[in-house]
Amino acid sequence: MKYFNSILILLVIVLSHTSCEESKRVNNTDVVTVYQCPMKCEGKKTYHASQSCPICNMDLKLVENQTSKEVSDNEISDESIFNLTTNWTTEEGETIQLKNLKGKTLVMVMIYTTCKAACPRLVADMRNIESKIPENSLGNLQFILVSIDPETDTPKRLKEFAKENFMDKKHWTFLQGTVSGVREFANVLAVKYKQISPMDFSHSNIISVFNTQGELIHQQEGLGVDNKETVQTILELTK
Amino acid sequence: MKTILRLTICIILLWVTNANCQSKMVTIKGGTYTPLYGRDSLQVTINDFQVDVYPVTNQEYLNFIKKYPKWKRSQVKKLFADGNYLFDWKSDIELGDSQSLQAPITNISWFTANAYCECQGKRLPTIDEWEYVAMANKTMPDARKLDTYNAYILGWYEKPKTFNNKIGSTFKNYWEVYDLHGLVWEWTSDFNSVLISGESRKDVDNDSNLFCGSATIGATDLMNYAAFMRYAIRGSLKAKYTMRNLGFRCISDSIIGIKQKTL
Repeated sequence: MKYFNSILILLVIVLSHTSCEESKRVNNTDVVTVYQCPMKCEGKKTYHASQSCPICNMDLKLVENQTSKEVSDNEISDESIFNLTTNWTTEEGETIQLKNLKGKTLVMVMIYTTCKAACPRLVADMRNIESKIPENSLGNLQFILVSIDPETDTPKRLKEFAKENFMDKKHWTFLQGTVSGVREFANVLAVKYKQISPMDFSHSNIISVFNTQGELIHQQEGLGVDNKETVQTILELTK
Repeated sequence: MKTILRLTICIILLWVTNANCQSKMVTIKGGTYTPLYGRDSLQVTINDFQVDVYPVTNQEYLNFIKKYPKWKRSQVKKLFADGNYLFDWKSDIELGDSQSLQAPITNISWFTANAYCECQGKRLPTIDEWEYVAMANKTMPDARKLDTYNAYILGWYEKPKTFNNKIGSTFKNYWEVYDLHGLVWEWTSDFNSVLISGESRKDVDNDSNLFCGSATIGATDLMNYAAFMRYAIRGSLKAKYTMRNLGFRCISDSIIGIKQKTL
């Protein structure tokens, strides 16, 4: 009986410790070092040991990013906003992720529809930019308005807002997210906002331009500022 | 009888070791207070929540990285952390020589801190929640009016390299939470709601149209210099920035601490 007890105690202690250990296990699959000749004498050929190139004799260089080995059309860079995986709902009620917008130049701004002061001007700024883009470039372009008030701005509300402001064409998209998704997205855009009353937010007025890969190219800050540079950037990207 | 006794001891042991896996939390009783920067009504109401007793340590963060390799230094996306991410570490899974496992993790970005808390079923505190817990001293829930309270924090600002100290090395406050002041600054979920623009030269009148409600931005208590410093730091941060003296801790809305209440 005594033995049985001691064994039981031992067993329980060992078991309770292993439950902690589980999280400490090292993942073996993630560290594969790959070396490559800096002169690329053998094209893309890689080695698993640090030696010298058999052709030019230079020391092989460590290839940093493992994932880049599997080159494909779906590849997105480290700095792309398509790395964000939150779900959004458009004004049409569709659920999308940002990567669904890939392939078009994106002009993005954060607003909320009950806003009385800055947002109408910010929306006007967006329309001003739109008016300076030639018709045939609009097909390669998407204007995105992200709501910072996901609780009030339902897809229905956003659709009404789009109609009221003549922004219902195909190249305009309105997005409703989640509270945490919006916070994350604002962080990517370096947009600051704060709810100051149930109906009102203060927020920074930033219009951001992304290339077709989702990389931030240009930001315009302020209301009613000269949009020459922004338009120039968009024109270059949609060429 | 003896068997039952031993069994109980075993169960307690089991419980204790399991509880150690999840970092220790305490319950904070909600209430109303006036933060340095407030909403229109100035008063802010805080619901009950649970908070980590200590900031997240190097050891805990290391365990997290081993479990979720996408947050390793070599694999993290540049969108989510700048070049100084885990700067002092020797490798992806090795601390630097001068770093202690029990010291708070620093050089992490908002994205990585946010992911850490989410993986624990927790979240980052809001500024208001953090300040609510941090305005306590050893004996009072709101000690902001006391000279000693402010002097302590300002004294810490003058001390170099406190980020290398072990967790629990500062005082235990009214809520039994350690290290809110004295070791590292801490990330908050809505740090980007501090609407003083990043650079002081931008805070001039002719740029007040930068924000919808710039008139509402005003401190309630300009004497609270220590708190003002915290807000200024938050205002200057971007989510992918990493700093040597900026760590974090998580909170949880539910009282059990593991499941997260849906809002």
